[in-house]
Amino acid sequence: MKSNQKERSKKYFNPYFGGVLLGLLLLLTFYITGRGLGASGAVKSTVVAAVHTVTPDFAEQSHYLSKFISDDNHPMNNWLVFETLGILAGAFLSGALSGRLKLKVEHSPKITSKRRLIFAAMGGLLFGIGSQLGRGCTSGAALSGMASLATSGFIAMITIFGTAFVFAYLFRKNWI
Amino acid sequence: MGPLIPLGIIGSEWDLVIAILIGFAFGFILESSGFSSSRKLAGVFYGYDFVVLKVFFTAAIVAMLGLLYFSYLGWIDINLVFVNPTFIASSIVGGIIMGVGFISGGYCPGTSFCGAAIGKIDAMIFTAGMFIGILVFSEAFPLFESLYNSGNLGSLKITETLGISAPLFVFVVILVAIPLFYIVTRIEKKVKKVNY
Repeated sequence: MKSNQKERSKKYFNPYFGGVLLGLLLLLTFYITGRGLGASGAVKSTVVAAVHTVTPDFAEQSHYLSKFISDDNHPMNNWLVFETLGILAGAFLSGALSGRLKLKVEHSPKITSKRRLIFAAMGGLLFGIGSQLGRGCTSGAALSGMASLATSGFIAMITIFGTAFVFAYLFRKNWI
Repeated sequence: MGPLIPLGIIGSEWDLVIAILIGFAFGFILESSGFSSSRKLAGVFYGYDFVVLKVFFTAAIVAMLGLLYFSYLGWIDINLVFVNPTFIASSIVGGIIMGVGFISGGYCPGTSFCGAAIGKIDAMIFTAGMFIGILVFSEAFPLFESLYNSGNLGSLKITETLGISAPLFVFVVILVAIPLFYIVTRIEKKVKKVNY
């Protein structure tokens, strides 16, 4: 029983099958909404909403946050926020069906959990900053951008993956 | 004729319901493809697992080709499809910062949501870091502002940048992808397996 479960937990989609499904979903999203998929935008909307609730004056005076505040449309009432709630539910269901639900810190045996978490926080922080400059992340700028043939999408894809590749050697202990 | 919501064929009251359903499928596909594991994702940079490249490249090609055909068959008005504007300097610097974030954190935003959803604490911390990053960016925006707004080329398409037609461009991408998939699979077999 136990080995059966372990086998099941390793079972991922064939990458090309997953890729075709993701491509069809992206196409459907363009067909229905005229835009692609996204992720970092939801975090931005949440930050805007949170700052606006806690310190409304600050949010309205902020040159950046105020871009995303309008009276009739609450920033949390945003397409990407609802899409992200869907992502969490969908990923949870997939993990549950494959026996992958487990509270843990995933890291290379060569490093400690603490080190992994510090680097994870740093990575998130950088992605937060970079996705604002890049006007989207790997989903919105790179994947959806490439699908709509936006030049910015190809720039995003090349710079994100290229840079990570260049720095991979420095970070190798964390991963291999 | 699409896109359905911008043309008013589906009322905008359905917008958020559709957002949840699309997000649900997005999360399910990403998690099922293995994108909830940072060590699987990082494999693309060390050659032990190219799942990211295979899934992303395949998805981009399917969607590109699909949009091309939908437009050709008159099913979608391609002029109503959003094209993210190109701010050249901002895009490049943003991409470089995200690249360092990727190799450091092992996730990108969408995949960190998937990891967090199945209980990966590192993914939750990554997501928390993202909130802080965006807050830092908005606090320090005066510093970034000129970079953020510089080099605005508008909603530029790669076909305009390269001066070739969309069908030809997509065809070339497919021609590049096929040998690429073959080569990375060869590399994957040669590189020492990493257990995760």
